[in-house]
Amino acid sequence: MTNSIAGIEKANVILAIGTNTTEAHPVIAIRVHKAQTRHGAKLIVIDPRKTDMAQRADIWLRPYPGTNVAILNGLLNVIITEGLLDEDFIAQRTENFAAVKEAVAPYTPEKVEKISGIPAADLLAAARLYAQAERGSILYTMGVTQHTTGTEGVMAVANLAMATGNLGKEGTGVNPLRGQNNVQGACDMGALPVFYTGYQAVTDPAIREKFAQAWGVAELPDKPGLKIGEIIEGAGDGTVRALFVMGENPMLSDPDINHVEACLKNLDFLVVQDIFMTETAELAHVVLPAASFAEKDGTFSNTERRVSRVRKAVSPRGQAKADWEIITALSAKMGYEMDYGHPGEIMAEIARLTPSYGGISYERLEKGGLQWPCPDEEHPGTEYLHAGKFARGLGLFNPVVYKESAEVPDEEYPLYLTTGRILYHYHTGTMTRRVDGLNELVPTGFLEMNPADAEKLGIEDGEVVRVTSRRGSITPRVEITDKVAPNVVFISFHFREAAANVLTQAAYDPLSGIPEYKVSAVKVEKIQ
Amino acid sequence: MKMVNLTIDGCQVEVPLGSTVLEAAQKIGIEIPTLCYEKDLSLATACRMCVVEVEGNKKNLPAACAQPVMEGMIVHTNTPKVREARRMILELMVANHPLDCLTCEANGRCKLQQYCYEYGVKESSFTGERRRFTVDDGNPFIERDLEKCILCGLCVRVCDEVQGVAAIDYSDRGFDTKVTTFMDRGLADSPCVSCGQCVYLCPVGALTAKPSKGKGRDFEVEKVPTTCGYCGVGCQLALNVKKDKIVGVTNLPDNHNQGYLCVKGRFGYDFVDSPERLTTPLIKRDGEFVEASWDEALDLVAQKMAKVRDEHGPDAIAGLSSARTTNEENYLFQKFFRAVIGTNNIDHCARL
Amino acid sequence: MELVRAHILVCGGTGCTSSGSKAVQEALHRELKKQGLDKEVKIVETGCHGFCEQGPLVIVYPEGTFYCQVQVEDIPELVEEHLLKGRILQRLLFTEPLTQERVPHYKEIDFYRKQRRLVLRNCGYIDPEKIDEYIARDGYVALAKVLGEMTPEDVIEEIKASGLRGRGGAGFPTGLKWGFAAQAPGEKKYVVCNADEGDPGAFMDRSILEGDPHCVLEGMLIGAYAIGSDEGYIYARAEYPLAIKRLKIALAQARELGLMGDNILGTDFCFDLHIKEGAGAFVCGEETALMASIEGQRGMPRSRPPFPANSGLWGKPTNINNVETWANVANIIRNGAKWYGQFGTEKSKGTKVFALTGKVKNTGLVEVPMGIPMREIIYEIGDGILGDKKFKAVQIGGPSGGCLSEGQLDLAVDYESLGSAGAIMGSGGLVVMDEETCMVDVAKFFLDFTRAESCGKCTPCREGIQRMREMLQDFSEGKGSLEDLDKLERLAQTIKDTALCGLGQTAPNPVLTTLRYFRDEYEAHIRDKRCPAGVCRALLTYYIVPELCRGCTACARVCPTGAITGKVKEPHVIDPEKCIKCGACMEACRFDSIILK
Repeated sequence: MTNSIAGIEKANVILAIGTNTTEAHPVIAIRVHKAQTRHGAKLIVIDPRKTDMAQRADIWLRPYPGTNVAILNGLLNVIITEGLLDEDFIAQRTENFAAVKEAVAPYTPEKVEKISGIPAADLLAAARLYAQAERGSILYTMGVTQHTTGTEGVMAVANLAMATGNLGKEGTGVNPLRGQNNVQGACDMGALPVFYTGYQAVTDPAIREKFAQAWGVAELPDKPGLKIGEIIEGAGDGTVRALFVMGENPMLSDPDINHVEACLKNLDFLVVQDIFMTETAELAHVVLPAASFAEKDGTFSNTERRVSRVRKAVSPRGQAKADWEIITALSAKMGYEMDYGHPGEIMAEIARLTPSYGGISYERLEKGGLQWPCPDEEHPGTEYLHAGKFARGLGLFNPVVYKESAEVPDEEYPLYLTTGRILYHYHTGTMTRRVDGLNELVPTGFLEMNPADAEKLGIEDGEVVRVTSRRGSITPRVEITDKVAPNVVFISFHFREAAANVLTQAAYDPLSGIPEYKVSAVKVEKIQ
Repeated sequence: MKMVNLTIDGCQVEVPLGSTVLEAAQKIGIEIPTLCYEKDLSLATACRMCVVEVEGNKKNLPAACAQPVMEGMIVHTNTPKVREARRMILELMVANHPLDCLTCEANGRCKLQQYCYEYGVKESSFTGERRRFTVDDGNPFIERDLEKCILCGLCVRVCDEVQGVAAIDYSDRGFDTKVTTFMDRGLADSPCVSCGQCVYLCPVGALTAKPSKGKGRDFEVEKVPTTCGYCGVGCQLALNVKKDKIVGVTNLPDNHNQGYLCVKGRFGYDFVDSPERLTTPLIKRDGEFVEASWDEALDLVAQKMAKVRDEHGPDAIAGLSSARTTNEENYLFQKFFRAVIGTNNIDHCARL
Repeated sequence: MELVRAHILVCGGTGCTSSGSKAVQEALHRELKKQGLDKEVKIVETGCHGFCEQGPLVIVYPEGTFYCQVQVEDIPELVEEHLLKGRILQRLLFTEPLTQERVPHYKEIDFYRKQRRLVLRNCGYIDPEKIDEYIARDGYVALAKVLGEMTPEDVIEEIKASGLRGRGGAGFPTGLKWGFAAQAPGEKKYVVCNADEGDPGAFMDRSILEGDPHCVLEGMLIGAYAIGSDEGYIYARAEYPLAIKRLKIALAQARELGLMGDNILGTDFCFDLHIKEGAGAFVCGEETALMASIEGQRGMPRSRPPFPANSGLWGKPTNINNVETWANVANIIRNGAKWYGQFGTEKSKGTKVFALTGKVKNTGLVEVPMGIPMREIIYEIGDGILGDKKFKAVQIGGPSGGCLSEGQLDLAVDYESLGSAGAIMGSGGLVVMDEETCMVDVAKFFLDFTRAESCGKCTPCREGIQRMREMLQDFSEGKGSLEDLDKLERLAQTIKDTALCGLGQTAPNPVLTTLRYFRDEYEAHIRDKRCPAGVCRALLTYYIVPELCRGCTACARVCPTGAITGKVKEPHVIDPEKCIKCGACMEACRFDSIILK
């Protein structure tokens, strides 16, 4: 998030696109609710599903899945046409607006209506509401990113915010809500193929030199590594021979699971380190028992860049060890000693090597979390980014064009499938499916289907059906609901017995490597 | 901002115009008992425990939580008249309360118990009708025992004003007033999302966390402040620990989540003690996992990794780090891959 | 206007309607037609005259002859005598109980003579469903005056100068209240009419709305102009269907004439009204609960401040007055504050409408100048106690008010005097009680009401009224101790001191005042196990007076517990141990030989 969770309450208009905040980020949804009910903020929701937030919205735009870029360009088109731009902001703080202006010109409300199904008048109303807000905040999640054009979607969001001057102040911003507890931290810490900590590029010789010195090695690899999809494919084609998986479950979380399984089975050696015997661990040669978050010390960085302490509350179960202890032990076995007595010492090393974490220490975190950038010990942390100046200097407008999703419904697979989360379960269910009460509330996955489609197919509420895509098929129970539009079905990906990702395709955004989970084509059949 | 001076129990205090007497008293550390007040919620002014005496007001004892400060106001928070009124209010509450503190989940954290102790209310001198209800235990996480409810309305307000769900509200009137769900069908058959904000705010034992039942009193547990392990909001919470076991979760105030949590953060901790936890290293032999010592397992991993590296180069090895583990662990993971294995083939499921 | 030689006013208030005035009206129509008088005599259905006890009331003008208890069978004779022969039909005139004289004219009846009908000036005179008749009696003149000659500040000053105080109960100065709402910052402001009259037995507001709805609308228009509001609500009890119907008619007529809506009387002033029907909760008469109810919330009061003048309906500045207050406004503006000042006392100006009920000879709706001694209301207007029994108490102000004893009979009926006696003016209920009324029982009655009507929000009211009621129950059964009286008093005082809203704060008044003025009666219940008024059944014993008993055995045969024994034709005896006090024997006895003592 460029801005902060608390800042959402300061917004006059909140534009939420591709985020089912109430279920995926319930405590942030509280801020949205408070902004609306206590401070009179207006809410615009763009979502193909009639989510709780969509129902609370002042304006709800319900597009066909996969048409975000057209809609966002359309919004900007209206804003330009109606003269609602923040000309000063564009002139002083950004560059390349002319290209974007040209790029969005064809996206008239009428054209966007044809692409997305959103009535032109609604698009107009939404554009005016957002553009005229003193402080407009954009929230988005995987509904924007999990597309083959996810990067374009994010750029279009940024274009919209910059064109209206909604960046660099309180209550504004471009705010992706991160899905997992430490997904922000994993990125910050360099668990990425091209970056060390704090987004320092592995391709930069000076940076490499700095890390090599700090780590006491002669040199570090300069070639960008493989992204997750490429790693799986590499396993399949034999270029990757050994894989070490720490606390991940690609067998449920990655697209086209059947293919993932074939690839992982092709590995010479697979190590999985986890707290449970996951679907992925079952394929491993060695499984290492890890401590849970309650059994170790450390820090997580949340979606608003806030680094907070994780504290050991109970001892690790059985012989389980904290992941950091396992890594140091393995490293020692491989001839490289990592000498840390406590995670606090690791953080000290991180702070030394990472400018944005420079001022973060366990001592300071005792008093509460700190938001990076926090370059030195005196720095209070940063509530919102880009105040006065963008990180790169001038904010860069990127012209983007709408492209159809990699797979769209056809005669054989006539329905859109879109996937996501539900409130009561989390990610691949390794934790929540082992909590009795949560299983009592939602015991298994279900397929949301519009009453019109159900009637057409002669399917009743609660019936078990077969859902098939070009990749495979699953047999979930049906929930008939108008949460989904006709011709769209939805399933969450938490449940191994009705695994959504059997159906999804390994079509990735070429830039980010994110799979297109939000759009696949499927058919639904009655089981005779 | 215009400031107002007033005197509370002989102490001068200056607060902004528009403050309440309660806020002014809190500023100078004068404690006024409250049962229905919560800063982040609208005022109920229902319990009347916070009544005070204001000089010049002969009409009644105003509620400090709602009484705006006025220039030159002289307030007394602890006069015999005030104490008598509070004692009477406590007696009225107690007259309609089970008084089964011995087995009550709220024992030790119950505000009614605390105030009865402070005001010396042992039992009620009023004997008469008492409300009778059956316990609503249909929800797996939240138990509602309306006989213990003092109708402070915190649950009703937090459900509506914070969570935006409004699963509960008042029904009936007068002595028969109760907090209920739609058509009195119980929480399980209501829009309740089990966030448990109501459980945390309940000042008595009317709303309790079912998974914590019988597992430890408030004063027996150690409260370890930490960060929730679920989504990216990173809520701050306290794991309540007794005998090396997590027995509950309580709020931590004053943070970016304002103490609020969701169903997973508040109730989803059982997995830690799941019998399915991996407790020893496992090595697959002939298609079956067999238990191994850490040394055996790590030796095998080190040896295999070294072999692949030596035979196929470091880029034939890849690592998937985790958006679930700590910063320190992610840092060490990439350090290990880059410095020890010698490859940048590191990624994690950031995008899934 | 058509010219006719006579008007027959038939009361169409709720009281007379329920005693059959509709049928009387139809019979009149038929009879006039039959006699060929329908062109020269006009029948007018009016609002309440106040003397409901004597209904259906029919008044014939121009003479102003006042006929009481007119039945359908009387009509042919009435028409023939009065309209054809020009003679007063003596037998239908009101008979002054004291002198047994028949009184032909309205104003000569004692019941009316002591009254000062300012608010009720049109009630009973005009057809409330015809705006023309209201206008003919100077209706909307005040509005025209205000819009034409006065600034909003002038209006507020005039109301302030008049000394008008809220007639809903608390008596807050109306002009001051308007001033607060006028000064409150905000574009959007509301005016509200509280027509949620809820005190048992009170029907002042209903009669005004039924008899003269336009005077309320005019008052609200003037108020809206003064505070700068363009929208208002009338919150009326759903149990007042006739009042609501007439309000709706009045509103439609006012709109049609441009007296309501945009650009009223061709000025920039715009205002319109909604009618919101309440759902029967007494507490919704409390202004914050009333506003919650209009907003669609549960009718629960909230703490004040903020006062409605700053943050009322939907958070906007709002001015709420009750029906009677609004009904005073046009009179004041039309005649001036000075004129108004001649009525009432120094601090309580004007008149007050009361619903006089209970054990008085004349019951009904009365309007008296403030400051009138209680004695005059009861003994002159009310003509004394029924059956010439002894006066015991008068309950003023409904469930929130208090019971005054004989010692307070000369008390002036104004806000301050009543307050100092522990009662309140309230909305205008006056219940007179005689020596056969038990004050513990009276307190029980009012607590039954407040217990059922408590919204349940605050602890003292919700829990405390229940406990007070339980203690009174014990006393009425001779249980408890004298210390319990102190405990009851302390509890009542705590509720008064700490309850959230006016309902809770005043609910203990019936207890506190009966304790104050009739403590000996409580003590008799507790100490002597005796109910002096002979009301509390648990403390009474059934007794057969031997001298009167004929030994017919009827009582013994109906006694369900076999408590009555005795030989045929000899006096019977009741065994008090076995008696369950069902009263069956008393009903069965044909010789009045069974008594309670």
